[in-house]
Amino acid sequence: MEALSLSKGGRMGIFDVIGPVMVGPSSSHTAGAVRIGLFARRLLNAEPVRADIGLHGSFAATGEGHGTPLALLAGLLGLNPDDERVPLSSTLAGERGLAYQFETEDLGEVHPNSVCLRLESAQSALEIHASSVGGGRIKIWNIDGFAVNLDGEYPTVLLIYPDRPGAVAVVSAILANATINIATLKAHRTERGGQALMAVQLDEVPPMGVIDSLRHLPHFEQVRFIPALGFGG
Amino acid sequence: MNAFIPREGTLEAAVKAAQERQLPLSEIFLDRETQASGRPREELCALMRTRIAVMRHSLQRGLGSPQRSRSGLVDGGAHRLMQASGDGQGLLGPAFTKLLAAALAIAEVNACMGRIVAAPTAGSCGVMPSAIFTVAEEKGISEEALVRAFFTAGGIGLVIEKLASLSGAEGGCQAEVGSASAMAAGGIVEMLGGTPEQVCAAVSFSLANVMGLICDPVMGLVEEPCVRRNALGAMNAVASAEMALAGIPSLFKADKVIETMGKVGRRLPEEFRETARGGLALLQPEFDKS
Repeated sequence: MEALSLSKGGRMGIFDVIGPVMVGPSSSHTAGAVRIGLFARRLLNAEPVRADIGLHGSFAATGEGHGTPLALLAGLLGLNPDDERVPLSSTLAGERGLAYQFETEDLGEVHPNSVCLRLESAQSALEIHASSVGGGRIKIWNIDGFAVNLDGEYPTVLLIYPDRPGAVAVVSAILANATINIATLKAHRTERGGQALMAVQLDEVPPMGVIDSLRHLPHFEQVRFIPALGFGG
Repeated sequence: MNAFIPREGTLEAAVKAAQERQLPLSEIFLDRETQASGRPREELCALMRTRIAVMRHSLQRGLGSPQRSRSGLVDGGAHRLMQASGDGQGLLGPAFTKLLAAALAIAEVNACMGRIVAAPTAGSCGVMPSAIFTVAEEKGISEEALVRAFFTAGGIGLVIEKLASLSGAEGGCQAEVGSASAMAAGGIVEMLGGTPEQVCAAVSFSLANVMGLICDPVMGLVEEPCVRRNALGAMNAVASAEMALAGIPSLFKADKVIETMGKVGRRLPEEFRETARGGLALLQPEFDKS
């Protein structure tokens, strides 16, 4: 994957209008769906063994003809949007031991191209809600019950922790020390003093040492790093 | 009085820069892209060549075997056309048949989950390669000039994206196939040695020719009438380029025509903007489902 296309901050370039390279037929129903699957796989950070997938709105209505289910599976298996094996992903899932099930699900007043992915690996489970918002761009808006707003275009750090003062300051201090600029930082919590999730999108890839030092802090129960998705060819 | 400074990101600004620097539009767009991306021009040209290689690969696949989509709405049209008139028996001779077949072939590959370059969108991916490749082949254009034509086309696409829209959901088919025609037409004019003003005339003609064209995909799929609209776009691009190269002037500034396309698109009822709730999408298609 090369990330020349769709430069951060929304400025379009020539390779956004002559590109991306993708498997058809639709940037929103196919390429965007692959990217949602890919983001979920990276967040799970393990080989998924089970996927229960709820298709909402237009994803449910015209998804089959657009290959949306195949595209989501392809992403979950780690294929990029320009991989010619995308249409073969259901066979590939069988070979890799990924059991899956698709159903129609009403996710409420959300973008018509939306999906809910419930995933399991041998060690962990994950639920994410995401939308394909056009041109292959995606929006991840819920992770394990926490409201988020991620587009996968930045290297992203997710931290889960008990809500108490100081977490944001600690994270920004460590990143500042490593001279990594924060593009966006959002924290959400279930309730005051409950569980919290902080999502930090970065302008550059942090050295692994930075992620490790966050993991070593007593503040955080979970620290996950998701590399930027890029747009393929 | 200050000299008139055209708004940044318009075709007028690009034409002014091209005239002042005595350069073709492709150089102005390539320069801008170099600055904005921070990548050297050799790298950008190499990336464009890989995009062109993918387009050629889709074309070969689409012509090589009949493409049949999962829905069955697409059923080997490009292959059938080449079988029927590939020997030069087409209505306007071999080049015209080749143009149509190429546009259908790439759009059909897209419909069948093949690998394509969205240009500017997946639904309109057949227009630019079919029009530019076919003319380049007919006229014996060098590979270098062909690559430059795609930069001209890309620069035009960015102006349309800024002043109007490239999305069928926002502006109907005119914003996808119409924009692809305008991009291809401009690229062809420069490739054949036309002036920046002639490039602009070709852009204006292309968009004016399909002003108001709705997006009405049957069953919500990028197949019917989308695949043949790609052939329409290819014809539109070549016709507009030829008329512009002949010196037929556009009566309107290209930027204004682009803005008008955007305004018309916004005023299209939602039924005609990719929702599959209007136009041909309401008809029951008769086709072989086997």
